[in-house]
Amino acid sequence: MESKKKHIFDEVKNVKRLLNCLYVCCALLLILDFVIHRHVSHHWERLWAFYPIYGFLGCVVLVLVASWIRRFLMRGQDYYDGEGIDYKEKDKEVGQSLSHVRGKGEGHDVDA
Amino acid sequence: MWMLEIPPFVPFFISALIALATRGLLRAVIMTIIPVISMLQLWMVPEGIHLQFTFLSFELILYRVDKLSLMFGYIFHIAAFIAIIYSLHVRDTSQQVAAMMYAGSGLGAVFAGDLITLFVFWELLAFTSVFLILARRTRRAYAAAMRYLIIQVLSGVLLLIGAVFYLADNATLEFAYLGLDGIAGWLIFIAFGIKCAFPLAHNWLTDAYPEATVTGTVFLSAFTTKVAVYALARGYPGTELLVYIGAVMTCFPIFFAVIENDLRRVLAYSLINQLGFMVVGIGIGTALAINGAVSHAFNDVIFKGLLFMSMGAVLHKTGRINASDLGGLYKSMPKTTVLCMVGAASISAFPLFNGFVSKSMVMSAALENGYDWIWLILLFASAGVFHHAGIKIPYFAFFAHDSGIRTSDPSNNMIMAMLIAAGLCIAIGIYPAALYSLLPYDTGYNPYDATHVLAQTQLLFFSALAFVWLNLRGMYPPERPSTNLDFDWVYRRLFPTMLRSIFATIWKLDKRFRQRAINKIESHFVFMSKKYSQLTELLLRGYPLGSMVLWLVVVLSCYLFLSVIY
Repeated sequence: MESKKKHIFDEVKNVKRLLNCLYVCCALLLILDFVIHRHVSHHWERLWAFYPIYGFLGCVVLVLVASWIRRFLMRGQDYYDGEGIDYKEKDKEVGQSLSHVRGKGEGHDVDA
Repeated sequence: MWMLEIPPFVPFFISALIALATRGLLRAVIMTIIPVISMLQLWMVPEGIHLQFTFLSFELILYRVDKLSLMFGYIFHIAAFIAIIYSLHVRDTSQQVAAMMYAGSGLGAVFAGDLITLFVFWELLAFTSVFLILARRTRRAYAAAMRYLIIQVLSGVLLLIGAVFYLADNATLEFAYLGLDGIAGWLIFIAFGIKCAFPLAHNWLTDAYPEATVTGTVFLSAFTTKVAVYALARGYPGTELLVYIGAVMTCFPIFFAVIENDLRRVLAYSLINQLGFMVVGIGIGTALAINGAVSHAFNDVIFKGLLFMSMGAVLHKTGRINASDLGGLYKSMPKTTVLCMVGAASISAFPLFNGFVSKSMVMSAALENGYDWIWLILLFASAGVFHHAGIKIPYFAFFAHDSGIRTSDPSNNMIMAMLIAAGLCIAIGIYPAALYSLLPYDTGYNPYDATHVLAQTQLLFFSALAFVWLNLRGMYPPERPSTNLDFDWVYRRLFPTMLRSIFATIWKLDKRFRQRAINKIESHFVFMSKKYSQLTELLLRGYPLGSMVLWLVVVLSCYLFLSVIY
């Protein structure tokens, strides 16, 4: 029932509109660089469109470097499971204490 | 008025005791009212030392109020109030009592006027908060809680040893400026550093916070690290080393955050990034920089709390928190989506949100004091934090591809808590003068000049553009169920493996050595038994009993003979 309802971003048109909006904003911000007089305290800030370029390049570098280091750092989801300790007994105990708490009518954290 | 002399941790500890004995609505009402009453009381307290006594010839200051501690006192009350409302639906005594004790310990620590009192609350913070992780009641949470506890207690022990050295050097225990000269200064610095998640000592945070309960993480994010920031601001303002440590802290977590799949762990990494800004501010140490650090700590408690609450709501309703499992939740959790985006805008320091009014202070201070490279790093980190906390969190949880999960917004108390936090984010962003009036120094700083606003907006919009471009080009790293190695690999994998192989070698050597010793002894025995058997053969030779009797008779008769002679 719910899934049949059309939501705002189900329409590709709306996503395009949002993106166009972003592009226009970016262009406007670039133009504002000429209009607004800025009092700068660092000589790099005087460069034309320093902040936009720095922001864009910074993020691209960030993502590329991050995907590169992922090659070394990524492991399976259960990489640390069973860290030399046999948790099976512990799990049983934890389970028991949980049922004990439930039994007292205290209820357990509904979290997670 | 005697009421004013009660330190704020007392009402919290008392309410923890009451929470232990009450149930249901009564407990909820008491837990909600206590922070409000305590806050009103704190509001009226004048500056100065209000409670001190002598214990074993040590001058202990239990309650010292000045502008710096007041600022943290206020935010801890606000954080406790919001987090308590967020957790009103929880029916778990241990968690609720621990949360109250934890909030109280945080308040005790910031109003502590001497190092011993600080140490006591420092350790109480660890012992009370660990229950918020254990309360998740999973195997992973249990292991993470134990690691958390070990590291936190280690920090406390270092603080205690440092305090002893400090007492020996200075004949006082007062917690004022400490500085890095002498072993005491360094020990206490490391103790603070561990709690402040300095690089290489940061893994307790990214390990434990994502494993805590939904409501527990909201509490955790507010107190421990901010107490450490307070302690650094009190003990080490203007220590240049902090500028560099802080700069590293702002930068390295964002790389991990970009590739991390667990969204609460992403927030934990971005918490370290935000702490970096505060640490840089403390390191610069001018009035503007300290103001920036303190107000950023204040704001961070609110927006990070809001983000943890919104991700908690997602975990609570869907049972999932990995970006690879989520997406499209804006359809069924619209309120949470909007509130999360307010938090995301605040942490990214958009103008008119609270992050902007405090982060720009630290950046301005870095520029003014000639830390050009640090300023560039902070600028990069600002773009980076927008990238992961500002865009990635809301995008992968609420938008991106539709995961097909259909749920609903969380219960009213959770929404209410998020609303209060979001309201504060916007209110402080629009009217920063209210926050600035509470700050330790009066610097007359105005964040809303055209230069700042334009520069920050340009930075953020073009970061967003970079995200869009990378996504459309398919260059953005896809979200996969994974574990990313971090420094904790050293003590979770490398050390155990090394120790195991070292011990295996030791056991092997030991076994060989013992085997050789046993062989030696055995050969001796064989030799001896051979000798012995030759002797017996000589003596017994086929008449064992008879020859023994014979010898006995010989000995006895000799004895008799001798006794007759004498």
